[in-house]
Amino acid sequence: MLRLTRRLPFTLALSVAAVAMACALPARAQTSLLNVSYDPTRELYKAINVAFQAEWEKQTGEKVTIRASHGGSGAQAHAVIDGLKADVVTLALAPDIDAIASQTGKIAKDWQSRLPNNASPYNSTIIFLVRKGNPKGIKDWDDLARPGVSVVTPNPKTSGGARWNYLGAWGYAQIKFANDDAKIKDFVGAIYRNAPVLDTGARGSTLTFAQRGIGDVLIAWENEAFLAFDEFGKDKFEIITPSLSVLAEPPVAIVDANVDANGTRKVAEAYLKYLYTPDAQKIIAKNFYRPINPAAADPADVARLPKLKLLTVEKDFGGWPAVVKAHFADGGSFDQIYAAKPN
Amino acid sequence: MRFGSGSLVSPSPLPGFGPALGATLLWLGLLVLIPLAALVWKASGLGLAGIWEIASQPRVAAALKLSFGLSLLAAALNVVLGGIVAWVLTRYEFPGRRFLDAAVDLPFALPTAVAGIALTALYAPNGWIGSLFDSFGIKIAFTPIGIFIALVFIGLPFMVRSVEPVLAEIDPEIEEASATLGSSRLTTIVRVVLPPLVPAFITGFALALARAVGEYGSVVFISGNIPFVSEIAPLLIVVRLAEFDDAGATAVATIMLTISFCFLLVINLVQSWSRRRLGHG
Repeated sequence: MLRLTRRLPFTLALSVAAVAMACALPARAQTSLLNVSYDPTRELYKAINVAFQAEWEKQTGEKVTIRASHGGSGAQAHAVIDGLKADVVTLALAPDIDAIASQTGKIAKDWQSRLPNNASPYNSTIIFLVRKGNPKGIKDWDDLARPGVSVVTPNPKTSGGARWNYLGAWGYAQIKFANDDAKIKDFVGAIYRNAPVLDTGARGSTLTFAQRGIGDVLIAWENEAFLAFDEFGKDKFEIITPSLSVLAEPPVAIVDANVDANGTRKVAEAYLKYLYTPDAQKIIAKNFYRPINPAAADPADVARLPKLKLLTVEKDFGGWPAVVKAHFADGGSFDQIYAAKPN
Repeated sequence: MRFGSGSLVSPSPLPGFGPALGATLLWLGLLVLIPLAALVWKASGLGLAGIWEIASQPRVAAALKLSFGLSLLAAALNVVLGGIVAWVLTRYEFPGRRFLDAAVDLPFALPTAVAGIALTALYAPNGWIGSLFDSFGIKIAFTPIGIFIALVFIGLPFMVRSVEPVLAEIDPEIEEASATLGSSRLTTIVRVVLPPLVPAFITGFALALARAVGEYGSVVFISGNIPFVSEIAPLLIVVRLAEFDDAGATAVATIMLTISFCFLLVINLVQSWSRRRLGHG
């Protein structure tokens, strides 16, 4: 024990010094930004990052490296809450950014008003992907609730995209059944009881549908559906546009506490503002997202996105806090679908 | 006080007891005890009543039953499969033996997500193996059977690696002696070969079980995640984290930890009983 107590402080001091040096070194390297994003934006931000790096160097002469991290929106938010040093977050849902703001205070409460369009530089919506020839004759949300139709959608508990899917179905039922709560629940429940798999993320569902051959219809992000369509063959799938869907507004925000600690506020702000420029809007449309400034995008890119009636969370669902409480919190309407053991 | 020559421990001719014990306590404390204490601490915010309420929710109960039930079944199947594999690898010399021996460790080495995706691709209705079963109307991927297969897969090396060295130590001559003394083949296996292997089998069973209960990465892809049908308990933890309900997540984790602890305790009791009875160890 004597020996141990004599040597321990020395060993400890040595390892602390080593760790400190290891941490200090990269901090002196060139500016770098960490963008913590959700699942299906890999291709989008790959393109945006290259363009922004060139633009930033042109404007300031500085080089900036941008690292992007992708995963389920909720899990990503959780990582930032637990201390991941994200400079900016670009997530699927406003509540995920709200959670970071309220649980850590690292993001100012008014984040959604700091950038135009509720801090959403692009929109998207939810549509269907079916097998070629549409053998089950799927045209609208009604068809997903039919017995014998197999529906692939991710788990709204773990996937941001899945929450938009859920709201799409709910919004349709809300109008169809004139706000009769019991009937809406039956309808949405019927759709989810038709789901043989609930993947944990949107990309997982796309793979389940496209590669594993599971299901007759995939409820998907519009960009994800088009991507699958391009990637896995136009000869295998068809895109179906329902009569109405939900306007998805994936928001972006600066993580104030982290950019101040990293000294990256200026470039992080420029990065998010860049998303609103005509150049970025063009890239956004190219990647099958809906630009908020369609005039800046290639008309051909905009024309391929179908026109449909879109409900908004604010107007049609009473805002996110109400939506989360009613549907996705523990014991909410989604849990009630599975509250009783199916027979 | 000096541990090395003190009255607390019996003297040993080897020096270095103090530093070794210090390092052990430090590592166990940092890596195991403190995180587990933090887990229990965080869950304790709910109180015993709160934890019990979560454990008795039908959906949580169903997921726990599924996770622990399938883990027990998978570990049990691995006793048979792993025993055969270990037997073949130690007792026979054949071309490709070394390759097979190395392949046993693959489930250890492979990132669990890769294993999960590979298994799903194989056992999905349009996969190589899944399509065979699909023609008989049997679905494997996205059902509890798929979960079971993933758990057998990750548990296999634990069993083989526990049994193999013990088996290698048993002299084949003992089996020959048993045969020349007139025992049937079955008697030789049951009375001569198996008894000394029992502790190794129990160790392998415990390791495979413990691993299977907490397995997330390889299972979540093949399980389908339908509540009450194919939703595993670790997924419930992830779901609660996604709801920003950390206390709820730690509660489920604590429940799993408690059940695992009870399982391992029983297994250890059986282990020491078998050692006493069979006179090994």
